[in-house]
Formats: sequence, structure tokens, C-alpha cells
Amino acid sequence: MESIDNNKIAKMDLLEIIRRKSRWVRSETLRIHKIAPGIRIASALSCIELLCVLYYGGILRFDSRDEYLSDRDRFIISKAHGTVSFYPILADLGFFNAVQLSKVGKKGSILGDIPDCSIPGFETINGSLGHGLGVACGMALGLKAKGQESKVFVLSGDGELNEGSVWEAIMFAGHNKISDLILIIDNNKICMLDYCKKIIALEPLEDKFEQFGWQATRVDGHDVEALHAGLSQLKSSDLDKPKVLIADTVKGKGVPRLESDSLCHIKALNCAEIETLLVAMEQRDE
Amino acid sequence: MSNKAMRDVFIEELGGRMAVDKNIFFVAADFGAPALDAIRRQCGERFINVGIAEQNLINVCAGLALEGFTVYAYAIAPFLAMRSYEQIRINLAMLSQVREINVNLISVGAGLSYDVTGPTHHCLEDIGIMRMLPNLHVLSPSDNALVTKMVDLSLAVRAPKYIRLDGKPLPSIYGGRDIPVLDGFCEIYSAANNCIIATGYMTHTAVAVKKKLEALGLDAGVIDFFSLKHFNAEKLATVLGKYKNIFSIEEGFLGKGGLDSLVSTFVNSKLGQKGLKVRGLGFEDKYCFEVGDRKYLHELSGLAEDDVVKIIVDACG
Repeated sequence: MESIDNNKIAKMDLLEIIRRKSRWVRSETLRIHKIAPGIRIASALSCIELLCVLYYGGILRFDSRDEYLSDRDRFIISKAHGTVSFYPILADLGFFNAVQLSKVGKKGSILGDIPDCSIPGFETINGSLGHGLGVACGMALGLKAKGQESKVFVLSGDGELNEGSVWEAIMFAGHNKISDLILIIDNNKICMLDYCKKIIALEPLEDKFEQFGWQATRVDGHDVEALHAGLSQLKSSDLDKPKVLIADTVKGKGVPRLESDSLCHIKALNCAEIETLLVAMEQRDE
Repeated sequence: MSNKAMRDVFIEELGGRMAVDKNIFFVAADFGAPALDAIRRQCGERFINVGIAEQNLINVCAGLALEGFTVYAYAIAPFLAMRSYEQIRINLAMLSQVREINVNLISVGAGLSYDVTGPTHHCLEDIGIMRMLPNLHVLSPSDNALVTKMVDLSLAVRAPKYIRLDGKPLPSIYGGRDIPVLDGFCEIYSAANNCIIATGYMTHTAVAVKKKLEALGLDAGVIDFFSLKHFNAEKLATVLGKYKNIFSIEEGFLGKGGLDSLVSTFVNSKLGQKGLKVRGLGFEDKYCFEVGDRKYLHELSGLAEDDVVKIIVDACG
């Protein structure tokens, strides 16, 4: 549904396609915000390149015509409150009709302000933080018991690492060497009320994960090339450990007013601001 | 059989099923049982100990269930029910409305099973809070014959279930008689006027009270309620409709959504015109810090057999 001419796509290299898709998803997410002012827009903007690399970069195995395809890779969005930006991607890939994007949060819509498991493309329900990684551990053990080679990906926020249940799962995965598990941390460094480092300091994250028996990699979470390389490396790694990609991101990416505000998690944009941003984005794309 | 603890009966029965059915996982939060050793030896990777981590216990079980496995989550009752309540709410109750999840919570130490261990290990809240959750079955067996039936049910019904097992060996209630498992309750004794409805351990108290009442010239039926959300409502209405006085008795807080709430709500909505009198007996709104065995703690709370007899005599005599 995104208006890129197929011939042009053929000529572009994969990374350029992902970059272009990312710009489009950012615009679509802002358009959704116009009709759904309650979405966590800043949080949704920090993980767009991550999602696009997974879905357009050939990292995840999926089939939009067969949501529960047996040998799909599993993807659990543990920071579900901040992933309305996933809606345009799922619609674009055919998980549901793109008409739904104009109905987010409206009466009778399948799409609410926070995604849930009733929406095609969402494995689990994660509006509450700290659940995804433990469920992913169980899925990975189940897949192994069935002899399947599918990977289990999880997207978490960095603030979500405050939850004790996440560390129960981190310890469990490390101890049990759950090697088909790949955690991606959208490290946007801001919780609801302040910078994470002022609430509960999390760094040095690589050291912490490595001490718990994980393989850790850190990349710029808006650099599509680095993300693609990092995820490809982790997916093909034969180390007998769970993997984590720490993606350094900017909360509110693409919206200067949000990027500079430690309270951006709870900030909404008005329609005029969104229009101005969309025009500026279009001009930049041309 | 009846001199074994419920958990050992359940685990032995399940171990036999696990030996032939490779689709079963048993996941424990570092909690054991003599009968568990065989499963640990024989089932290898299908026995998982997540450590002292009840939240992760539920989440790991949910993930296994999403991959099609039948899963048993095993822990001490109050910690399983309350430390991991949100995990049960979201990843079992909520998720199972959209996707099939067969996770069976094997909750050991119902009510005051861990009597002298103190209030952290008492579990007087679980019936109420578990009944609150949509899509979850709440099962509360009173003897080991019923526990064995719960193993069948746990495999056959592809839904999340909370199965509260007493921590102490209990005498037999059912002997060799047929148990109407799918009804969710059994009228063990029928009478004309008075009925005692109980669950789990308190079914034994109800039977003892019935015998004492009969010696005093008062009749009393006894209903053992073992499926506290999914039951045959039509049959229950017929059974209760013949009584004049109904008493519920439970090892749980009163007026908090437990057995008393089930019975009074049911009678009000289905039998409101019949003028039935309903009274709930259970624990008052406070924790039990006093030290002593279960019998002593019941005496302190007015739930000893003779206390219950007196309440019923005063109300009906």
C-alpha cells in the first residue's frame, strides 16, 4: 500500500528500501496520532527503524496470509504501549486492511491506542510492561522441544527493565542458554517522568547482560545499516547464549519538540503541529 | 490412596500421563514433592525449575502453552495466586480469550494447610481473586478421588485452570462412588430443609457437622462444590430449590467473592422468589497471626465443628 513504484524498488538496495519505509511509517504514525491523540507518540517514534529492519529487511520470517504459520519467527512486542508505529507496517504487509489505519481508537475499530493480541500480527498482549521476555522464553523452549528452528524476538523498552519480572526472565534465559531468543531494547533513555538514568540507572547494559550469560551488541537504533548488521549477526550467531541488541534511540525521533523533552512520553502533538511536520517531511523526502 | 497428600496423588497420576504424552511440560518455582522426583528423573527437559520466580513461572508456562503444550505450573498457593496475579490475569486469563492456553496452576496449600507457618503462607484470598478472572477455571477438590479426576479434566479442557490442593492428607469423601465432574458440584447427602455447601478441606467439616446436627434432630444435606466457576447451573438450581436454609462454609475471607459470594449471588439470581435463607461462614476481615494447628485456628475463628453446629441450630432449630 505504500506508494513506492515497484520498478523503483527493484533498483533500490535493501537498506534504502528500509530507510524509505521508515520515513513513510513515521509519517503514517503521525497521521494516526491526529485521529488518536492518546497514543504514546514519542515512544512509538523511537522504534520505527527497528520494526522496519525486522519486517522489510528479511530478518523476521513471517507470512501475513498465515498469521500463525508454524515455522514463522515469533515476535513479541513487550513495550506494546509505544508501538502504534507497527500498525502501518502490518497494514502494508497485508495483515489487515489499510482502511483500519484511519480508524485507530474509533468505535468498533480493531485497532486501539495500545495494540493487543486480537489484532492480526500480534502474538501476545502486552499493554502492561515486563511480560514479554518471560513468555518468549517459554516459546523458545517450546519451539526447541518441537525441533523447530524459529527464532523468538522480543522488543522491550529500556524503562521496562525496571520491572523485576524482566530480570527473572533475563536470569532464566541466561542460565538455560536459550540461544534462539533475541531481545531488542529500544534504548530511548526516557521513562514517563524523567530520563531513565535519573530514575533507575541502567547502564552499563552490555556488561549487565554479559554477566547474566547473554551475548550483547549495541548499535545506533536509527541507523538502518547498523541495525540490519547487528540483527543479522545475532540471528546467525552460533553462540550458545540468548542475544540482546541494545539499540540506542531517540524518544520522539523526528519531532524536535519531543526529542528535547524529558517528559515527552506523556506529550501529545496538536493537529496543526502534525500538519507542519508532515509537510516538512514530504519536502525533505523529495 | 486417601492417606497421601493431594499434590502427591496429582503428580503421580500426571507422571504416568507425561511418560506417554510428550506434549506435557511440568514447571516448578523451586517447589518439590516426593512424587515429583520421578518426573524430574524421567521427563528430562519437560521438567523445568524456574527458581524462586513465580512471575516468570507463569510467563514461561504461557509461552510453552502458546506453542501447543499442556503445561503445569507448580508452586505454593499464596505465592502462585498472588505474587504472579498480573501474569495470570494477562498471559493466561486475557490471552486465552484469543489464543488457546492450557496452563494448569497447581496451587499447593489451600486455606490454612500451612497452619503453623503463619499468615504469609495461609491462603484465604485465592478463591475470590481467581473467580474474578474471566476464562479461568477454579477447581477445589475435597479428596484424592476428585484430585485424580482433576488430572483428566486438566488435559481435556484446553483452558487455563487454577487447581487448589490441600497441603495435608485428607480422608476420602467419595470412596468408589461416581463423581459428576462436569456438574462442578456433588450433593453428597440430600436432606429436606437445611443444606451445607463447602469446598476443599471444609467439605470434611461439613460432613462432620451434618452428623452432629442429625444427632440433635436437625437434617442437613451436604454439597461439595469443586468447580467454582464452571458448573451445571440448571442442576444446581434444582438441587438448592428444595432447601429452606443454606449455609456456605469455606477457608476464605467472607464477603470477598469466595464461595459465599458464589452461593448468595446464585440464589438471589436463580432462586430469589423461593425465600431461601443463605448464610456464609468463613474468616473475618483480618489475618491470623496466632500460632497453632488448623483445628485451633478454626476454633479462634468460630469455624470449629461445634461452632458451626451451634450457628446452624440457632438459625434453624
